[in-house]
Amino acid sequence: MSTLAVSTMPARSSRLHPIAIRIMHWTNAAAMIVLIGSGWGIYNDSVIIHGLHFPVKIGSWAAESLLWHFAAMWVLTLNGAAYLIYGVATGRLRERLLPIRLRDVVETVRETLRFKLAHEDLTTYNAVQKILYIVVILAGVAQVVSGVAIWKPVQFSGLVSLLGGFQSARLIHFLGMAVIVGFLVVHVALSLLVPRTLWAMLTGGPELPSQRKEA
Amino acid sequence: MRSLFRPPVLPDAGVLDDHRPLIRSLERRGFLRGGLSLGALTMLTGCDVSDSTSVGQALRAISAFNDGVQAALFDPNKLAPEYPASAVLKPPRFNAYYPIEEVKPVDGAAWRLELAGLIQDRTPWTREKIAALPQRETIIRHVCVEGWDYIGQWSGVPLRTFLERVGADLRAKYVAFKTADDYPSSIDMATALHPQTLLATTYAGETLPDPFGYPLRLRMSTKLGFKNPKWITAIEVTNTYPGGYWEDKGFNWFSGL
Repeated sequence: MSTLAVSTMPARSSRLHPIAIRIMHWTNAAAMIVLIGSGWGIYNDSVIIHGLHFPVKIGSWAAESLLWHFAAMWVLTLNGAAYLIYGVATGRLRERLLPIRLRDVVETVRETLRFKLAHEDLTTYNAVQKILYIVVILAGVAQVVSGVAIWKPVQFSGLVSLLGGFQSARLIHFLGMAVIVGFLVVHVALSLLVPRTLWAMLTGGPELPSQRKEA
Repeated sequence: MRSLFRPPVLPDAGVLDDHRPLIRSLERRGFLRGGLSLGALTMLTGCDVSDSTSVGQALRAISAFNDGVQAALFDPNKLAPEYPASAVLKPPRFNAYYPIEEVKPVDGAAWRLELAGLIQDRTPWTREKIAALPQRETIIRHVCVEGWDYIGQWSGVPLRTFLERVGADLRAKYVAFKTADDYPSSIDMATALHPQTLLATTYAGETLPDPFGYPLRLRMSTKLGFKNPKWITAIEVTNTYPGGYWEDKGFNWFSGL
């Protein structure tokens, strides 16, 4: 049945990373880096963890860091919203990131510990990859929500209460940054270890079978 | 083809002789050197995204756009949460563009509040006259642009009451402040008319201490700390964007909470 459907449909060339995904990925990467760097500059003026200052920052002083931060926030939010809508509408998010089975997680961890982790097939993610991508997407959403709470604690006072108060919202915003930076280190390191993945995010990667059906 | 820039009638070659010394001083090397210095100057300010660079201009334009977004988000009837008196920090946290030791106290007896701009009755006000106006108290969170905060207890005349009393044009765009410590500031009219926007004269039930703006300061529940000028000496109602001390240096003007 499905074979028939496929053969009668015009062959759609569908790449691992369609152009829309690639644009949104690199837009997000740029926005994230600007937000992290400028956020460090803003943080330095009133530290949360005593003794922790960031030596690297975007913006030569607080005013500039704030200008960068409140410009890049639009890019992150609009691009992130577009990414989520696209991912849900095309089914890409569900297809790539679900399901996650506990058995697969144990398997992946075991393979990793034996240095046997392979990423031969770029079109499927292992269980740990799926978890990491879900975590970083949720962290991004948490950054927007906690960011709104810090930016407008009076207009959105209910949101601030929900997050446990102003300083709590600020701490969540800081921890969200830490999660994203942690992800970024692993993500970039692994993409450099398997450069084909980096190349795929630039050029689109391998062609997918025109109808991907999972059991 | 003949150049369009060549004049049809050539000038007399004699002009070259007349201006020989001047022409000799026009060295190409000099232009190059000058050009290089100009380039070096831009490199000196390379990290500085002030409004002189195109990046700086773009960032300031987005900041101005954010002013508009914040004005749209601002709900004139939404009150900031208030807190119990037990949560009040005493004394409040000091902050200015200079340390607390450099505060120059204002002589309350000689002090006058000057009025300017779109106001019908611009007679200066004394402390006594202001104290006779209806008062209001707020126990609100002070949020600094740096990230720290504290709960403060302020009372004084609602700015709306004062502006109505002096016959200010409430349809004007801005209310601007001048202060004894040379810290100009300005806010939008909607915020000026917000019920929790006070011309504060006391903190925690006591007359404002010198470092916190005696005899008169602005205290709003809906803007960042730096938007609240202390030691106010003049109020102006205007439609011309007045800017402010930190705003002119690049901090966002609306800075609403």
